[in-house]
Amino acid sequence: MSTPEADLSLFIPIIQTNPLAWKMRQNASGFAPLNQKYGQNDKEEYNEGDALHRALEHIRTVKEKGAVEERHLQTVEDIAWKSGLAPEDIDTLLDVALSGPFDLPILLQYLIPTAFGLVQHPADGPTQWVPNPTADHCWATAEAVKTRMLKCLIPATLIPESAVVRAFSRLCASNCSNNTKVLFFRWLIAMFDFIDGKEEMNSLYGFFFSFLQEETMSCYICNFLYLLTKRENVKPFRVRKLLEFQSKVGMQPYLQALLSLYRSFCPDLITISLPPKRKFYFKTTDSIWQAAVCIVKERNQKSPLPSVKLTIGTAYSHPQKKKWNSGCVIPMPTSSHVSKEEQDEEGDSSSLEVMLSGQKSFPLEQLHTFSQLLDNIQDVELPSQMCSVLKSAPLLHYLNCIQDETVWLRLSYWMSQELKEGCTWCKVSNYTSEEEFRKFLDIIISAQCFLQEGFPSSEVFLYKSLPLWDGISCRTEYLQLLSWIPLGNFSEIKPLLCDSLTQLFFTSSIYHKCSVLYSLKQLLENWLLWHAMKVSMKSTLSISADTPMIALNSVSELIYYVGWLSTIALRLEKNSSFLLHFILDFFEMVSDMYLNYNLPLVVIFPRGVFYPALLTSDSIALNRLCYIMYRYRVNLTASKENALIYQERLKFNKTYQEFNEYVTALVDCLWTSTSFEKDHYLYIDPQILEKTKIREYKKSLNLINHPALLPYSINFLLQGWPNEKELSLSSIQKKKWNWYLDYLLLEELHGLHLFMESSLDIADSASSAHTHPAHKTPKTCMSEPV
Amino acid sequence: MDSSNVPEFTPKHGVPPRLRDYFTGASSFQRQLASVRKQTPFGQTPSRRKIPQCSPLQENIDPQKIAFLLHKQWTLYTLTPMYRFSYTNLKQYSTLLKCFLAAEKQKGLAVEMGEDFNFKVTFSTLSGMKGTHRDPAAFLIQIVSKSQQSSKNAEDKVVWTGWFCCVYGDSLLENVPDDFTCLPLFLANGAESNTALIGTWFQKTFDCRFTRLTISAFNLSWMAAMWTSCNMEHYGTATELLWSVPCSPQSLDISYAINPEDAKALWDGVHQTPEEITQEEVDLFIDCLCSHFHRHFKINLSATRLVCVSTSVASAHTDGKIKILCSKYLIGVLAFLTELAIFQIE
Repeated sequence: MSTPEADLSLFIPIIQTNPLAWKMRQNASGFAPLNQKYGQNDKEEYNEGDALHRALEHIRTVKEKGAVEERHLQTVEDIAWKSGLAPEDIDTLLDVALSGPFDLPILLQYLIPTAFGLVQHPADGPTQWVPNPTADHCWATAEAVKTRMLKCLIPATLIPESAVVRAFSRLCASNCSNNTKVLFFRWLIAMFDFIDGKEEMNSLYGFFFSFLQEETMSCYICNFLYLLTKRENVKPFRVRKLLEFQSKVGMQPYLQALLSLYRSFCPDLITISLPPKRKFYFKTTDSIWQAAVCIVKERNQKSPLPSVKLTIGTAYSHPQKKKWNSGCVIPMPTSSHVSKEEQDEEGDSSSLEVMLSGQKSFPLEQLHTFSQLLDNIQDVELPSQMCSVLKSAPLLHYLNCIQDETVWLRLSYWMSQELKEGCTWCKVSNYTSEEEFRKFLDIIISAQCFLQEGFPSSEVFLYKSLPLWDGISCRTEYLQLLSWIPLGNFSEIKPLLCDSLTQLFFTSSIYHKCSVLYSLKQLLENWLLWHAMKVSMKSTLSISADTPMIALNSVSELIYYVGWLSTIALRLEKNSSFLLHFILDFFEMVSDMYLNYNLPLVVIFPRGVFYPALLTSDSIALNRLCYIMYRYRVNLTASKENALIYQERLKFNKTYQEFNEYVTALVDCLWTSTSFEKDHYLYIDPQILEKTKIREYKKSLNLINHPALLPYSINFLLQGWPNEKELSLSSIQKKKWNWYLDYLLLEELHGLHLFMESSLDIADSASSAHTHPAHKTPKTCMSEPV
Repeated sequence: MDSSNVPEFTPKHGVPPRLRDYFTGASSFQRQLASVRKQTPFGQTPSRRKIPQCSPLQENIDPQKIAFLLHKQWTLYTLTPMYRFSYTNLKQYSTLLKCFLAAEKQKGLAVEMGEDFNFKVTFSTLSGMKGTHRDPAAFLIQIVSKSQQSSKNAEDKVVWTGWFCCVYGDSLLENVPDDFTCLPLFLANGAESNTALIGTWFQKTFDCRFTRLTISAFNLSWMAAMWTSCNMEHYGTATELLWSVPCSPQSLDISYAINPEDAKALWDGVHQTPEEITQEEVDLFIDCLCSHFHRHFKINLSATRLVCVSTSVASAHTDGKIKILCSKYLIGVLAFLTELAIFQIE
């Protein structure tokens, strides 16, 4: 058993797959050919290709010629390890290396006669090997040469399948030593991915399989069969052979791996359950070859091919410590155990018919990449447990393109149970910790993001568990579920969602409030995206006419709800500017709904948001308010041309009125300083204002004196007139006023600037430089669409 | 191959179908969602129920099989609908399950299908174990260990038994497509390790999900009332209620046994509407028992938790264990358990 291993380690020491390590090793041990020597010999124009060609030609036709073989072999080795061999060279070398012992000794006579002091044999000598020391020696040398040849079979690009097939037939026909066979199979395993086709090799499956009988190499054969096996190779008689073999050698990891592959192809023939802990089923692949291939590819400046990857590894290891039906465990995708034929058939399933029906299906255990999915999409079966798709991106892709209601129903049954079991605050069971539940929610959320759609069961879970939620456990994850509620009738959702959410919202910290608002913004965004997608699909699919109205109503109700929440939250949190930013985030999206998402709807934010943002001491909030007002204007202007809005213009009149009120208020405050006058929204009895003893209270909210902008105006004066002894804010007039506006723009208050440009009557921009800002008039929107 | 089994590809319009596309008509999936939505947060149950009756279909059950199910302690599980389960394949399932169990027990050794082991697995239907004709047939699984002796009269020993049933499961059935078999209630008797293996196999094979069914104190009081109301010719055991006092280090249990005839008399006094039991009646019944207890022992039972109810009809424990004692009301007991199971999976 251990002999091939021990022998081989002389030639191929197993080292780490690290190109650098390999290089170092190369120099230290002299294991690889010495390139330096080569370089010294042929300093003048050396053509690698020619040299290789000559060497190979020589090796091939060595019977006739002779003489300088060692040098040629060296050449081949050098070039192979340096830049790899072309497909046809590999073909040649394989052919020579595996052509039985009959030719090689002859070759050897010529090859290194002087080195070993051999005498020329008679022509028919080698056929009858006599047990004399020279013959043994000769045999050993022949082996060494073969090994050297096999070892240097490093492909520059690909290995032709025909070469492998020919080599294998030579291997079967001739009397190769076990060492050579083992080395050949190890080479096959390491280079499996570089073979340009597998069909012809697969047709020789039976021959490969028969090598299992040789116990010394069975672990390599199993590994190779593991790579080669397809569904149609799994036959009852082979299963029986493998089981016989199992009873002989016992539980060998390499055999378990092959058996489990057989099981995944034909669960109706064989079953096996693997011990949960094992991670590696095969001996380490020959990393030195892989390293060599990597170096060759690097040198040839081609992207390295993916290395041979064993799929078994972690795929079967579950965390078995947990109870069998405890929550939050997502199994790996496995093929269905009971195939469809069995379902249709009555009784005996292992009948010949099933075996010969040639059902092609791609085992899910081997589906890892998107390209594999594309190649096999017709043969992919759905997994036996639908929940396993959550962990597999290709399967989620696949689900996205099949139309089968049962798929979602299966997933839904499982998920609702799992969520209920795992939910730490519903205390249905205590199997799962909060950490586990959080991870589980994360998996669901990432699947939802992937599908761009919420699962109905997670929606239902949300409604059911929200009244019991403390607002703290798994907050981030739980609120993310909220943002994936599908766009439906808001009046249906409202009693399930808003009642509990509102209570929690008002009674918890400002951070909780902000994260709820953030999730609601995500929810709005998802709804708007869905709607936009539906609209673009409208031409291809017939959609009933009332659905856009449902969407419109739901979106506007959601906005009203958030507006209401925001109004109260701002009061509760004393107009915290941190909170205000989350609110303005939300309404920034709202203001752009018409143009960005093609939704024929403009909803203006409530006064409870507008005025706190107007009277804030936070310049960024004020700037964002102006920006939002600017976007409202752009959207409202654009929507005038929309037919649907034109039909509904009576409803929209209110929107225009609200908008105009806000524009007036904003201009009154910041520019004309008339906000406290009679008939204005912020009107306050002058007598009360007198009592505040603020001088020039009228101007206290203009661009210069507004609490949010005061630092700017002071800074403006300090920077512009550093030598002035007295700071006089009222001196910012006329020319200075215009400079001040430019200064504000320089300070990145773009929103203010955009609002100013769009909403102030600047027709007389030339003269306005000299007029007092108070003369400007707000440019309101026409209250009725044209 | 049946073409309907193959998932259909829709490359035509290139737009992925949505999970719950509210633009398309009412699919059964939506109906399911709607039915779920109707329910309020965990815990609301109907406020009136029928008095358990024996079903006419029960006559079809083999009395031997009924006898086998009685007087055993069953651990209750709920089960989501099974995907592609077929009653015609029971024989094949038994082979598959047997090999699965064998492979699991000798981990790492492959097992050929149809191999012989020292145990066998049998599937058999329990025809008649249903409330209406719409209910899918119940079935029973047994693991029987073959006796070592070759002599014929050595009896095989039943190691583990489990059965699946659905009695008056209409509320679940109407929302589920044909590909699914709804047997929401699973009862197991035998080693937990076997239940785990068999449950795992079912979960893998039919894409279902097992969950322990626990019975809340609220539902236990319903059981106490319902089972007391049953007319019995003779009473086998006393009516006994077990109350748990939450105190450290160990909880204290208070057992409250009543003469069954007295309990029935009390119930008859409380009960008003014929053929029906209402929430008020149940509350009143339990309150009467509690106040009686208080009068004698000055212990207020309403501050403790009801954990176990045993009557001559059946006995049930809050952690999801039940023993059915009376064949006449077997269906009635199962109907209530099915209702609880459906409530849990929806």
